[in-house]
Order: sequence, then structure tokens, then C-alpha cells
Amino acid sequence: MREKILEITNATMQFGGLIAVNNLTMHVSYQEIVALIGPNGAGKTTAFNMMTGVYKPTSGFVVLNKENITGMRPDMIAQRGMARTFQNIRLFKALSVLDNVIIAQHLRLKSTWPGAVLRLPRYRAEERLMHERAEDLLRYMGLWDVRHEVSASLPYGMQRKLEIARALATQPTMLLLDEPAAGMNPAESDELTGLIRGIRDHFELTVLLIEHHMDVVMDISDRIYVLDYGNLIATGTPEEIQSNDDVIRAYLGVDEDEA
Amino acid sequence: MKQKQYAEGALPRTRQRKITSTLLTVALLAALAAALYALDTNASSLVLRIVRLCAINVVLALAMNLINGFTGIFSLGQAGFMAIGAYATALLTIPAAKKAMIFMITPLAPPLDQLTLPFGTTLLIGGLLAAGAAFLVGVPCLRLRGDYLAIATLGFSEIIRVLITNAQGLTNGAQGLKNIPPNATVWWCYGTALVVVIFMALFTTSSYGRALKAIREDEIAAESMGVSLFRHKMLAFMLSAFLAGMGGGLLAAFNGTIGQDMFRVMQTYNVLMIVVMGGMGSISGSVFAAFVVTIGQEWLRVLDGPMTIGPFHTDGISGLRMVVFSMLLLVIIIFFRNGLLGTKEVTWASIGRRLSAMAGHKRKEAAS
Amino acid sequence: MGTFLQHLTNALSLGSLYALLAIGYTMVYGVLRLINFAHGEIFMISMYTVFFGLAIFLLPWYVIFILTIVVTALLGVLAERLAYRPLRDAPRISILISAIAVSYFLQNLATVLFGGRPLTFPQVPLFTDVMALGGVRIPRLSILVPLIAAALLLMLTFLIKRTKTGLAMRAVARDYDAARLMGIDLNWTIAVTFFIGSALAGVGAIMWGMKYPQINPTVGAMPGIKCFIAAVLGGIGNTAGAVIGGLVLGFAEIMLVALWPALSGYRDAFAFVLLIVVLLVKPTGLMGEKTTEKV
Repeated sequence: MREKILEITNATMQFGGLIAVNNLTMHVSYQEIVALIGPNGAGKTTAFNMMTGVYKPTSGFVVLNKENITGMRPDMIAQRGMARTFQNIRLFKALSVLDNVIIAQHLRLKSTWPGAVLRLPRYRAEERLMHERAEDLLRYMGLWDVRHEVSASLPYGMQRKLEIARALATQPTMLLLDEPAAGMNPAESDELTGLIRGIRDHFELTVLLIEHHMDVVMDISDRIYVLDYGNLIATGTPEEIQSNDDVIRAYLGVDEDEA
Repeated sequence: MKQKQYAEGALPRTRQRKITSTLLTVALLAALAAALYALDTNASSLVLRIVRLCAINVVLALAMNLINGFTGIFSLGQAGFMAIGAYATALLTIPAAKKAMIFMITPLAPPLDQLTLPFGTTLLIGGLLAAGAAFLVGVPCLRLRGDYLAIATLGFSEIIRVLITNAQGLTNGAQGLKNIPPNATVWWCYGTALVVVIFMALFTTSSYGRALKAIREDEIAAESMGVSLFRHKMLAFMLSAFLAGMGGGLLAAFNGTIGQDMFRVMQTYNVLMIVVMGGMGSISGSVFAAFVVTIGQEWLRVLDGPMTIGPFHTDGISGLRMVVFSMLLLVIIIFFRNGLLGTKEVTWASIGRRLSAMAGHKRKEAAS
Repeated sequence: MGTFLQHLTNALSLGSLYALLAIGYTMVYGVLRLINFAHGEIFMISMYTVFFGLAIFLLPWYVIFILTIVVTALLGVLAERLAYRPLRDAPRISILISAIAVSYFLQNLATVLFGGRPLTFPQVPLFTDVMALGGVRIPRLSILVPLIAAALLLMLTFLIKRTKTGLAMRAVARDYDAARLMGIDLNWTIAVTFFIGSALAGVGAIMWGMKYPQINPTVGAMPGIKCFIAAVLGGIGNTAGAVIGGLVLGFAEIMLVALWPALSGYRDAFAFVLLIVVLLVKPTGLMGEKTTEKV
């Protein structure tokens, strides 16, 4: 069996009286593409926030590359190789596309700030490398032509791609994508499917994504986890999920009494 | 064709461009030095005061812009950091004999009563002490959200003032300090301002500066991309305090006397006005606005003097210029929210673009 | 025992004054998410209004008190109309700077109009006479201030809880955009908020002046900042919290000076220390609700 990159064990997130995620246990193995799906408000993004350190789980553990990262700050988790995109696009709006991608490499910088101010040779080399990597990434993601534009001025689909490029720039081993196809038309989301697969192979990544476009999910995923009201209700291959009664019920919202 | 919206500093710099702008910068600095030399030897002491004050305000405005403009942290503690720098410079430059005369009520604590140091060193010490204070303030305060941070830093600056008033044996309390040697010459003021401008330009365009801008744009995204919020905010806060401390030291030497009253919140607001006018997040904007505001405030002194408007005559209303000036700040923030430059910078390249655009316009006109 | 009673009444009256001002901050923060930096200056202007009415124009005190409260309230509304409303959709930092600019402007204006020299607040014997209570001589004011403050707070609570305008204010404070979509007249609601908040500052200023009878253009700055701190201590946006915060701060300050007279020079710094300590322990204040940013 392949090595587990990300492992969540009995994780619960409670806000006051509301349990957003209840006792979640799941894992993603090396170079897998796994989807986390569920109706609106099922707790998918909350689960992401627990994994990336934005929220500290009320109980349970998150393990990344065999290291317990539960309760670590988001920047520490990014350092350890987990990167993410945001559902409601959080680019550095006023900055250029290129700068967005360069900034995401700051965490790998070894020079100190005085070294950077004095433009010491080591810093200059690092800066050149950051530029080259950013340009490579932008070329790869098809954003090369717009690299000097203000990121907020890009069309929606390109902003989503830039979010992915920025996450890749942190040199992750584990990539979390929060609704990468949201707001895209069928042609665009089709292209995205290929892109995500390409990224996985090219950068030797492991991918966990939240997605509502079912065609994307079924096409791309090796395995799927289904959340409903914070509870894990099903897990399996796309075929297994498609024929799972609980999942169908959760999505169609069939009333308990009628069923 | 659709006009592309370019981000600041986005155009690639070719080797030739680099050489051209370096040459232009050297030429500009030489011209500035020549102008300062001419002023220093010929101008009246009043003019020289204004000229020097411009440079001091450049330092103070850039210090505030680093934290408020580039990092997006709304700190109102600057007057406190300036006070630390000012008192450090004053206490370390006033000759021992004069110190004995100033400290009438409680003698100055040793070894300060005998110690005097060269001006440049005292500026650095003032900056370092201010940065140290910023560290102590930052540990609790930088965790706070926007407005809470504003009020907490403002509070800190008031605490410094209360401490100064009460630490009789160190600061001479409410009586303040006088006979501070007038070290803040044109050369010291402009030398410091130049170093600070260069530092700011290099720092804000470095990877660390970009990380600060990322924090300003979106804290949560920046943190998720691996930028440690606390470390970077602390770095910006301490550097800003360091520069403010140096500016305070210059101001002390410039004024000759200092007292706790000089470092009220008003002082912070004065600098804030410059930063807002120039554009939060623009170095050239701050430099430009420092000159405009300093000279403007002097020029508006006319308003405080005797005036005859039609049939009305006044013998001078002191403070009227500050009323006009504060109204101006209101107008700027309401109608020109982003100040003169927003987050943009005036560079040789941007001037070049502007010039060629104008030339192109002329050519078109000539052709038609 | 006698001195203790004196300290107690003193603390209670100072705390009530803080509470009156803190409510203005908390109400404005509730609807606009703005620290109204100009609140202290509005307070200062009302002290000058009383001075000119009583000492120069020799009007009866009740006329001038009512006049002052109305003038102060209208000044607050005017500031909102001219300096805050145009920036309502701007980044929050802009409107904060605008508030600072208004405060700066009013201070400078007061310096020009009234001069920088301190004036003495006129005394109204009905309030300022000293009376004997249980063998202790206490200014009548120390008893009246908490009573007046309590009465006003009851009226305010009624207004917020029982009237349509109060309901609108609560709705705007809860969710600005939703309130707008539900057809609440934002301009009117915000104007009323400023009117009430500033009127309370006017009442506070009158009583403050009789207690600490010195007026100068910066007289509002310190009480202004402290009362904002009181509002934050209690949990900003929460009226009950503002009252509690004001009382806590008033008691803490008076008791600090009473118990350690050597520290009296540091009294003004104490509020800030208290603020930082409370924020570290409970970042949203004593009565504040916990908030999590949506990601």
C-alpha cells in the first residue's frame, strides 16, 4: 500500500453549540487525487481549515508526512509542505500576477532581511531563482501573458488558476484545492481536470479537493469522501459513491419519514 | 486595444535602462547636494529651518508609512517612539556641565550625567531603544485586530509620555530638556533622509517587503502561503520604530528643547497627515508630501498674521493655519482617498513613460 | 470609613461619567465599525458651549444645559454627515483617518475660537454644593451623577429594546448589509445613533466640567481615549458592556490612587495597561461575543 501523506484522525470542530465537523477520519496517500464532497454547509471548508491550521480542531489529530501538525499555525503547516487555495479567492489583489507567485516562495527564503536589503550575492541568487520559478509556473499554468497585470483585474477563471499557481509556488507535497472549478464553464472545468492531473504528475503531488461539479469529481478522483452535516457518510471509488444510497439521499434531501 | 492595467514596478528592467536610471539618480543627487550647499551658505536661518524640517519629516513619514502603508497595520504609536529617540539623543549629547544646570530638582542618574557621545551614535542608540520598546509593545499588541491595535498603540504612546513626566531623574520630568546641541545640520538631516529613502526602497522591494505587502492585502492568504504574521509584523513594527526614533533624535537636535508635551497624539496625527497625503504605501509619495506639508505649513503662517480682507481686518489669529490644514486633510481623505500617489512610485521609468506618452500625444496632434 | 465612602462615591461618579461617554463610542462602533476619534472633541465643544452660555451670556443653567445637549448632538450628526457618510463604502482605514481628521480639526478650531489658555468651568450651586452624608462631606454632584447616568441608561435601554428605531439600530449593528436589504433607512438610523451618542457625551461634558472645572482645547482627548478604552473593556458594540467598562475603569483609577498614592502620577497610564491586559485575556472584552473570521 502507498504511503499516507495526510491523515486525519477523529477530528472534530465545534463552534459554540454547532458541530461543524464531527469525528472525521480520513487519509490521502502519495500521488492520489481525493475529493471531499457534500451538500452546502456539510463542513468541507471547515475540514480544510482544520487541516491547514486556520482553525484548531476541538479534538482529534492531523498528521502530515508522519508529523503531527494539529494546532500548528498556517504558516508552519505551509512550511511543512501543505498548500491550499481558497473557495472565495484570496489573491493579493493590488499586486501583480508575478508578485503573487513570487511572494509564495518567501517561506523558502534563506537570506535574512539585512542580507536582502544589502542585496548580498546569496540573496540575489535566491531572488533570481524565485523569479525563474515563478515564470516557469506561470508559463505552465497559461498565465504568462498576464504576468504583469494586477491580479484583481484578471477574469474569474484565471484568478482561480493563479490561486493554484501561487499554492504550487510554496513547493508543497500536499495540495488542497477548495472548489477549483467554481464559476467555470464546462469547457474550462474540463481543461481544469487535465490540468490538475498534469500538476499531480509533473510536481509529484498529492491532491485533496473540494468540488461541486460532479463530472469533474467523478472524472478526476481516485477516491471520494462524502460529508453531510459534519458527518462522514460514505467513502469509496467514484463508482461506489455513485451507487451509494446514503449519498443520494443526502444530495436529494429525501425526508426521513418518506424514505 | 484595451489598455492593460500594469502593477507597480512590473515592467522588466533591461541593462540599458538600469544604467540610464542610475546616471539620472546620480545627477539628481548631485544637483540636490549643490542646491543644499548653496542654501546652507546663503539662505536665512528661517529658510534653513524649513529646509531641514522637510528632511526630518521625510524620515518620520517613511517610518510611519512602513507600518501603516506597506504592512497595513494601523499603528498610532509613533509619537512615543519619537519621544524615546528624542530623549536618548538629547541626554547623550547635552554637555555634562549643562546637564547639571538643567536637572535642578533631581540630578540626572549616573552614568548619563557625565556621558556624551557623537551625534550619529546617539541617533542610532535612540533608534535602537525605540525598536526595543516596539518589541515590548508589539508582543502583546500585534496580536490585536485593526482598531484595537490602533487604540493600544496610541495608549502605549501616552504611557511613554506619562513615564517621561514621572521619571524626574532621567528626563527632568515636566520641565523638559534644553540646551540640546544644534547638531541637526542640513547635512545630517538630508544625509539621514537619503539613507532612509534608500533603505526603504531596497527593503520594500525585497522579498521581505513583498511579504509585508502580502500581509496588507490579505492576512489569511499570506499566512497560508507560509508568511509568519507575527515575525513579519514585528519586523516592520520594530524597523518603523527605529526610524521614528532616529527622526525623533533629529527633531530634538533641531529644536534645541524638548518636553513631554511635544509628543502628544497630535504629533502622530501630523505625520499621519503627510503619509495619507502622499499615499499609504508609496515612498516617493511620502517624500513629496513631506515637502508639500512642511513648506505649506510655513507658507500658511500668513494666515496666523495680521490680515485685511475687504473691510475686515484682524491682528492675526494664531492657529488658523492649523484649522485650514486639518480641513485639508479631511478634504484629501474624503475626495482623494488614495493620496497623491496611492501605492504607486515615481521612478525614472514612470517619468519616461509619461514623457513619451506626452510626446506621442504631441506628434499625433502635429500629424492631424 | 469616611474616606472610604468618599472614594466610593468618587469612583461611582467618575465611572458613571466614563460610562456615558463610552456608550457613544460603543453605539457608533456598533453601527459603523468605526472608532469615532472625534467623540472626545465633541465632548470638549460642549464644555465650551456651557462656559459661554453661563459665564458670558449669563443664561439660566437649565436653558444652557438643554441647549448644550442639543448643540452637541447636532454636532455629532453633522460630523457623521460630512466626514463619515461619504466614506461609508471606503476601506475602513479611510473612515478611521477621517475621524482622526475631524478630531484634529475640532481641536485646532477650538484653539482659534477660544484660545489655548485654560478657562474655568462655571459652577452651578445646585449641583456643586457640598453636603454632609453620614458625617462625611460629599459634593452633591457625586451623588447626582450616578443617578442621572442611571436614569439616562434606563431611557436608552427602553429606546433600544422597545422602539422601532432601536430595533433598526440593533439590526444595523448585527448585519449592516442585510439591514439595508431589508429596507431599513440606514442614513436615518445612523444619524439617530450619532444624535443619541453625542447627546450623552453632552450630558457627560456638563457634569465632567462641574467635577473637573478646567477647559482647554485638548480637554476632550484624554477622557475620549479612556472612554473608548472603557467601551473596549466591556466589549465594544455592547451597551451594557460600555457601562460596566466605564464603572470598572472609574473604580480602578480611583482605588489605584487611594491605595497607592505614590502611583497617582501614573493614573493616566493605568487605563492603557488595563486595556492591554484585558485584551490579552479576552480579546473581545468582558461582555463581547467571540467572533471567527469566515475563510
